[in-house]
Amino acid sequence: MRRRAARRPRPWWGSGAARDLLLLPAQYDEDAEGDGCGSARAERRRGAAVRAGAAALRAGLLVTKCGLLRHRPAGGGAFWVDSQQKRYVPVKGDHVIGIVTAKAGDVFRLDVGGSEPASLSYLAFEGATKRNRPNVQVGDLIYGQFLVANKDMEPEMVCIDSSGKSSGMGIIGQDGFLFKVSLGLIRKLLAPKCEIIQELSQLYPFELVLGMNGRIWVKAKTVQQTLIIVNILEACEYMSAEQRKQALAKLSGNR
Amino acid sequence: MAAVMAVESGQSRLRPFSCELGLLSRPDGRATFLQGVTPSVLAGLYGPVEAKISKELPDRAALEVLLRPKVGLPGVLERSREQLLRQTCEAVVLGALHPRTAITLVLQVLSDASLLSCCLNAACMALLDAGLPLAALFCGVTCALQPDGSVLLDPTARQEQEARAILTFAIGSSERKVLMATTKGSCSVEEMQQCLAAAQGAADTIFQFYRDSVRRRYCKS
Repeated sequence: MRRRAARRPRPWWGSGAARDLLLLPAQYDEDAEGDGCGSARAERRRGAAVRAGAAALRAGLLVTKCGLLRHRPAGGGAFWVDSQQKRYVPVKGDHVIGIVTAKAGDVFRLDVGGSEPASLSYLAFEGATKRNRPNVQVGDLIYGQFLVANKDMEPEMVCIDSSGKSSGMGIIGQDGFLFKVSLGLIRKLLAPKCEIIQELSQLYPFELVLGMNGRIWVKAKTVQQTLIIVNILEACEYMSAEQRKQALAKLSGNR
Repeated sequence: MAAVMAVESGQSRLRPFSCELGLLSRPDGRATFLQGVTPSVLAGLYGPVEAKISKELPDRAALEVLLRPKVGLPGVLERSREQLLRQTCEAVVLGALHPRTAITLVLQVLSDASLLSCCLNAACMALLDAGLPLAALFCGVTCALQPDGSVLLDPTARQEQEARAILTFAIGSSERKVLMATTKGSCSVEEMQQCLAAAQGAADTIFQFYRDSVRRRYCKS
């Protein structure tokens, strides 16, 4: 199995699955500290780190999104709010799947699901020169990375890393299937040891590209196998871990 | 995901209310709000999306609210409520974080009687569901001033007709400040303050309800 998207290092997503402190905009409720969503074991694991985050909130930090407070101790420590939303907002460095909507001179316009289309230079591909242009058509899927993404400027994408290598990015092949899921599910799937991906990989070989903008591209040996993977991934949004295991057991039995 | 709660508060009580998140599949944020048995509002929020050049604002997001009645086309009443809702939402949405974009909120009334407070609550839940940056939460509370001078929270359609005055407040979660107030009928300043105090008391239960419904949503994942 080839997993282009999951190869990049993202050590912190979903690292502390047990630490749940629900935050709402501009509200800090001390009573809520004790009744998180996790089990009793999870409650114990919610360590001093989150309490430190809660202290920062008490000290006057303003929460603007609703979601669960997460913490990464590594690299100096970071806190963030993990919220479930559907609309993507471009972030610098994010790997996304874009759809080519127009070719305008020496840049391509890509729909990435944000508020405005992203631009992609024809020189931003591995081995591309003024003579040797990449073969990109309107409607193609492109897996790339944001070089520029802020609220005041047009987002700009590239398909090469800083050393000029493609490192998995570029045009995605003609066949396969593209669909959309929520951003929360994408983050869950991109976690380093994601159970869903591990369980699916035991079913049969397939290719998978995960874009941080909520788009997933899947290709397996047959159309039927592709659609099975698509249905399972789409259902993961609503299924619990046990329901998923049951569904997968049924599928592997039928094979 | 529906939750129902009945609340006892001071002078009167709010009718049981419930909400459902995620009924619609296409919008970025969605919520259904039921107050009592009848007045229910379905809300769908789209944004931040690309704005039309004519509506684009250089420094903040352009917010648009559309209120659709149960039958027929939106009229003057809907337009006036749209303005109230838009101004309330603009006060809490941090639009400066998404300049040159558009946010569209569509509210579909599903019952004969529609309280403005119900629309306000549905709007806030949709904003929460979409994950837009908010400076605070808000809730809507309607008070009816009865002919004998007593205050009735969250009146039914019939009680609303009998009432001397109807007051609707949008109350923000930070220090329970008033974001919007609208009145119909005559009332004295003291009576208005009495209604405001009652509404602020009821606001806490609605904020607690928001918290409970959001927790239910996040626990599932």
